[in-house]
Order: sequence, then structure tokens, then C-alpha cells
Amino acid sequence: MKRNLFIVTCLILILGFWFGASQLKKQRAEKLGFLAQERASTFVRPHSPALGAEDAGVYLVEFTDPACETCAAFSPFVKQFMDRNPGKIRLVIRYAPFHEGSSDVVRVLEAARMQGKYWETLDLLYRSQNMWTQHHQVRLDQVWRLLPAVGLDLERLRADMRDPSITAIIGQDLADAETLGVRLTPGFFVNGTPLEPFGLEPLAALINAELSEAYPG
Amino acid sequence: MSRAGSGASPAEKPDLDWILLFAAWLITAVATAGSLFFSYVMGFAPCVLCWYQRIFLFPLVIVLARGLFPLDRAVVRYALPLATLGWLVAGYHNLVYAGVVPDRLQPCTQGVSCTEEYVELFGFLSIPMLSWLGFTALTGILLAVHRRSPK
Repeated sequence: MKRNLFIVTCLILILGFWFGASQLKKQRAEKLGFLAQERASTFVRPHSPALGAEDAGVYLVEFTDPACETCAAFSPFVKQFMDRNPGKIRLVIRYAPFHEGSSDVVRVLEAARMQGKYWETLDLLYRSQNMWTQHHQVRLDQVWRLLPAVGLDLERLRADMRDPSITAIIGQDLADAETLGVRLTPGFFVNGTPLEPFGLEPLAALINAELSEAYPG
Repeated sequence: MSRAGSGASPAEKPDLDWILLFAAWLITAVATAGSLFFSYVMGFAPCVLCWYQRIFLFPLVIVLARGLFPLDRAVVRYALPLATLGWLVAGYHNLVYAGVVPDRLQPCTQGVSCTEEYVELFGFLSIPMLSWLGFTALTGILLAVHRRSPK
């Protein structure tokens, strides 16, 4: 009797957890689907760095933190998706610098963009991430040692980093991340649909679903 | 009730103790499920003070369940210190959250701020408040069981 009460209570708790989680997921997906139509600009801002054709049928929005290990690990796969579907996917980078000190790295990136070396720099930072992050702390001095490899003018970069427009970009992106419920990086949205559950295979499935919808046949 | 037989009277007391301990366990189980729900389903990152409360909360789910089968009142000896410490941290967290203790003095400089507002049910039930209420009820029940046990 007591044992049954205990077991039933455990089951109710587990079921309640599972039910709540699935309800919330559904609700969030519905809310974001609505957001996508009403306020598409929350996903893509004019200032956002983007790669790929502007009329692509699939918009892959990635909220990223340059110091986030999983973001770096996803980067080659994202590139692979784009290479396999030329002209069909547009990658939009949004910033969610949640790690301590990573806003400075975002500043480096945006300053590199002013020199037309954005994607090379992002790629370099992802690839060599373990050289400039230690215990989830950003070592900016180590970043400086890497930058000459992509041919950046460091003097100019240092001055550009202080540009107030970069501060505005980071502020806007963080505000949009909050609106869209991005609390972990990378936060992916494919045509406004959040990646749930998180993972490489779900991301591939979501992209393929959107691709076959945008390009039937 | 006690007229049912000579065995009924001693059996009555353990039952109430069992129910009280079960209630205590239920509080910890619901609180654990709730805190995991907040962090893994809703994606709220726990702050430092939340982690300390979790450290005192999570083992209680197992410790109290162990005390239920078979009923072992001595479980209070192990559960009460944990519950009391969790209650103290929760109380401190509420003071920080309400702004009574200045933000500077609390140890949450890294990561998530302990004053970050995630949930506000009915205008006053914040996550730290839920935690404090849970620990208060838990400590109260455990003290009641302790008082009832023969000296």
C-alpha cells in the first residue's frame, strides 16, 4: 500500500514533468511561428552578418558565442550544409556572447568585418578556440597573437573595436536573443522554427524539411 | 480507533510519522523536479546561490525515500541538517533578491546574477521564494517528526 503510493507518486511526477515539457515545447514552437510572421526582423537584423544568397529559401539563423565550444563544433557542419545546397541556404549570424569576456571577441569579429575579413576571422577563432579560451574565460591577449594569420591590420582593428555601432549590435542581438528565448548557444532557427531537440541530426532534419518545402521536387 | 485492539495504538503513531516523512519526501521530489524543469526545459541557468540550495535539496530525495522503506525515524537526524542549511541559503537568497543585502556582497559575480528575475507567479512567488517556502515546510515537518519521536 505504502509502496504503491510511493511508486504512483514517482510516476505522476515523471509524467507531469514529461507532459509539462512537451506542452511547453509545443507552445514555444507556436509562439515562434507566430513571431516569425509578425516580426521577422527579430531573427534577421540589417546589421547581421550573412552568408549565402539573399533570395535563399532557407534562412538559418544562428545565435552564437565565439567562445562557445559547441558553436565551434557545429561550424564545419553548417558549412557543409551550405556547400551541399548552393544558393539555397543563407546563414545569418547573431551574437549571444554569454561567456565572460566574449563580447570583446565579438568586437574583434565586427572590426574584422570592417576590413572585409569577417568569415575568415570567425573560422580562425572557431578553429583555434582552445588556444584563446581557458576554463570558459576569454584570453584576449591570445586572440591578438592569432589574428595576423588572416591578414588583419591590427592597428586599425584596435581602433575599430571601440566603434559604438558594435556596442549597438551586441545590445540588439542580446535583446533579440531574450525575445526569442535563446538562453544557450548555439541557438538555431531554421526559417523561424527553433531547433528542438538540440543536436546535429535534428538540425539536419529541420534544414532538409525546410529545403524540401522551399524547393519541391 | 484505539478500541480495535491492543495492536492498533502502537500502529497509529508510526503511520502518522510515515505520512509526515512521505510529505517531506514529496516536497523534495516536487522541488527537485521543478528545479530541473526550470533549468532543462525552460532553459533558465541556475545562479550560484541556487546551486547551494540544490546541493542541500537533491540528496534529500534519496535519503528521505530510504527512510520510508522501512520506516526509520532516525532519518530525521540526517535530513534535518541538510534541510536547515538549505533553508538558510534560501532565506539569504531572498534577501539578496529583494535587495536587502546589496548585490555587491553576494558571490554571484560570474555567470548568472542571483537577482535575475525569471518567474513571478501571482506577483510574489519568485523562484527563490518557492525554494524558501519549500525548505520552510520541509524543516517544519522534520522538526515535528523529531519532536514526536520518544526520547
